[in-house]
Amino acid sequence: MAVDFGFVLAQAFSPFNLLLAVIGVVLGTVIGALPGLSATMAIAVLVPFTFAMDPASGLIMLGAIYTGAIYGGAYAAILVNTPGTPSAIATTFDGYPMAKRGDGDLAMTLATLASVVGGVVGALSLITLSPLLANIALAFQSSEYFWLAILGLTLIASLSSGNVLKGLIGGAFGLILSMIGVAVIGGDTRFTFGSSALLGGIDIVSALIGLYCIPVLIDLVARPDRHLEPAPLGRGFRLFEAVGLCVGNGVNLLRSSVIGTLVGILPGAGGSIASLVSYSEARRASRNPERFGRGEPGGLLATESANNATVGGGFIPTLVLGIPGTPPDAVILGALLVQGIRTGPELFTQQNGIAYIFMFGLLIATLMMLPIGLFIGRYAYRFIVNTPKALLVPLIAFMTVVGSFAIHSNPHDVVVMVAMGVLGWLLGLAGFGPSPIVLGLVLGQIAEQGFMRAYMIGGARGNFGGQLLFDRPISWAIVALILVTLAFPVLRRLRRSREAGSEVRS
Amino acid sequence: MLKKLGLFAAMIAFTAVTGAAMAFPDKPINYIIPFNAGGESDISARLQQPYFKKLTGQDLIIQYQAGAGGAQAWSVLNDQPGDGYTMMGTNLPHIIMQPMLQDPGYKTEDLVNIYMFHFTPDALIVRADSEYETLQQVIDAAKAAPGALTVGGTATNTANHLANQRLADLTGAEMTYIPYTGTGATIPALLGGEVELLWGYTTVAAGQGDKVRMLAVAQDKRHPLFPDVPTFKELGIDMVGGAYRGIAVPSSTPEEVRKELSGIIGKINADPDFIAQMEQAGFAMLDIPYEEMDAFMAERKKLYEEIARQLGSLK
Repeated sequence: MAVDFGFVLAQAFSPFNLLLAVIGVVLGTVIGALPGLSATMAIAVLVPFTFAMDPASGLIMLGAIYTGAIYGGAYAAILVNTPGTPSAIATTFDGYPMAKRGDGDLAMTLATLASVVGGVVGALSLITLSPLLANIALAFQSSEYFWLAILGLTLIASLSSGNVLKGLIGGAFGLILSMIGVAVIGGDTRFTFGSSALLGGIDIVSALIGLYCIPVLIDLVARPDRHLEPAPLGRGFRLFEAVGLCVGNGVNLLRSSVIGTLVGILPGAGGSIASLVSYSEARRASRNPERFGRGEPGGLLATESANNATVGGGFIPTLVLGIPGTPPDAVILGALLVQGIRTGPELFTQQNGIAYIFMFGLLIATLMMLPIGLFIGRYAYRFIVNTPKALLVPLIAFMTVVGSFAIHSNPHDVVVMVAMGVLGWLLGLAGFGPSPIVLGLVLGQIAEQGFMRAYMIGGARGNFGGQLLFDRPISWAIVALILVTLAFPVLRRLRRSREAGSEVRS
Repeated sequence: MLKKLGLFAAMIAFTAVTGAAMAFPDKPINYIIPFNAGGESDISARLQQPYFKKLTGQDLIIQYQAGAGGAQAWSVLNDQPGDGYTMMGTNLPHIIMQPMLQDPGYKTEDLVNIYMFHFTPDALIVRADSEYETLQQVIDAAKAAPGALTVGGTATNTANHLANQRLADLTGAEMTYIPYTGTGATIPALLGGEVELLWGYTTVAAGQGDKVRMLAVAQDKRHPLFPDVPTFKELGIDMVGGAYRGIAVPSSTPEEVRKELSGIIGKINADPDFIAQMEQAGFAMLDIPYEEMDAFMAERKKLYEEIARQLGSLK
């Protein structure tokens, strides 16, 4: 039975559903912009309300909140150098330097445009290619996750150009942090020093808030200059400039959106890996890689399009296979189950077309992010720029505490946040950036578990090498990417020294 | 004036006391789930929600306090007010295994369980196109090449991990157990062919439909949703178990309130509509009220201790 698309469109565009999409995007953006309040949390809180609606409307609202929250994560990343969610880690690399030098308005507009492009690519892939792409989730096994995590870790080398050694030390420290707690594989208790509060390990989001936000707050207090350079009065959204940059970065946007969609499909990866990989690819492909990390619009466009593309991508295995692609998808999947809706191929052929109503709803919500985001973004930017430091610092400090408490409603996470923050500040004084530590923390667990599983399975089959790499073509491709990433800075230096040499001669 | 106020206060206090005695609960109850939203604990709590409202007129407010495999929430349960308006989901084998293996900040005896209301029976699952049609084929293959078959499951020292060891004890079929983070991550591992088999639950098979095949379930009787799948018992293997889910209250909760709450959960569990919804999702019903809890916990604890010792997790 084919789905009646006229009916689907009429449903998706019904005034009530449009209203829900608007409310969802606004709520999601605000929640995502506050450090610590995540998409997962927003969705979990709102799930009971959707039980009172018909399933399609409820799903549209949840999808709209989700996509809004991922987009909203860019706000805190750009304006206060704090990734509210792991997806926005890479957004701080170029977004905050842009805001710092007075291009915050441009950065916000670019983030909005990139998020819409990424979200649309993800949603269109969801609508058109779902059953085909869902199999990617199955093709990636433990060894591929291991190599993906290693690929993410290689970014440390290129991120800390000029100070690779400190970057590597930071990364190694992050890896050690990732081992704290009860190991998933083996069940050993590691580095808890007898404290039962550490059994669950270091929560990634509280570490993110601490490492990124607290040093910014301390600097704000310690230094007399303004937090961000204000934009000249009367400057608008800088929309035309932003659109121009997007057109110039067309290939970058498209590539990042596709990477985001594909990585979103992988249940073990998520937005952090998607935005890191696309950032690293954008940097490699760029003619001016040295500008990355110093406020290069291309870097911002890459990460923001990639992380919003994971929304649509993540729904692909959720709806087709019943395997949640990301944590918020798991909550939505649970909500579907309670409503008595079964996921799987049947969902796509059901006569009421609920899957398609939802997917078009998600597309509409993504498009609505453009006007809503431009408006809220401008307001948020003005607020952060114009609020006096004496007011801004306590306000953000309060939010960091609320945000880290809200993760698990546990005061322990607040302690972790503050401890990581002070540590991050001290390490920052010594020249260690927060990003390598965070990459080690986020990717360490994925890498460790991937490797251990490949090791155990390979051991059982008596073919460890084959299981880890040799029999696995996808792993070959990722390893090739790793080698290219590692060789890239070396090659560049060689070329530069050759150019310098020829200049001297001439 | 002051006298009047005092009288008024006394009146309110009086109605509050008698009101509580007459109709418990008279305000919403906090129901803390020690895991993230979207898991089996969350789904079953969400299914209970409307029936609780229907029965008592009060809302169940579901909150999440995930961390350390549930230990973060369980270690602070007894700090909550014991007025009957806070209760928390508990899971077996977690609340027995965790204190047995390390110090998670609570002891098994600290948790006052008032009801165990369902379990997700262990099930051995293969892909629909797998060469293994019966449990016996798996056992034969595992005996022919000990440890060569890989079987996925959730984390270490969990229900899945214990089930694998229990099967090895009872049949001599040794398989290599591969731990994953959460039930969700095990499914692509099975469907993608990374592992040959999966220790999962009936809920997993219910969610995956005809893409997977269950070889046996660890229940006393066959699950109504899967009338064709034999139980381990039918096949001569004494395995009944899985992940049990119940509800606990802070230890300061008075005896009569514990019984009252236990009674309410029991009534929800007896509602035919609730049972139908739960079984449709793959859950198996269980009725261990407050009065029978100690015996049940003692029996499970003995079993888990024995398996943990064999696993080498417990010295």
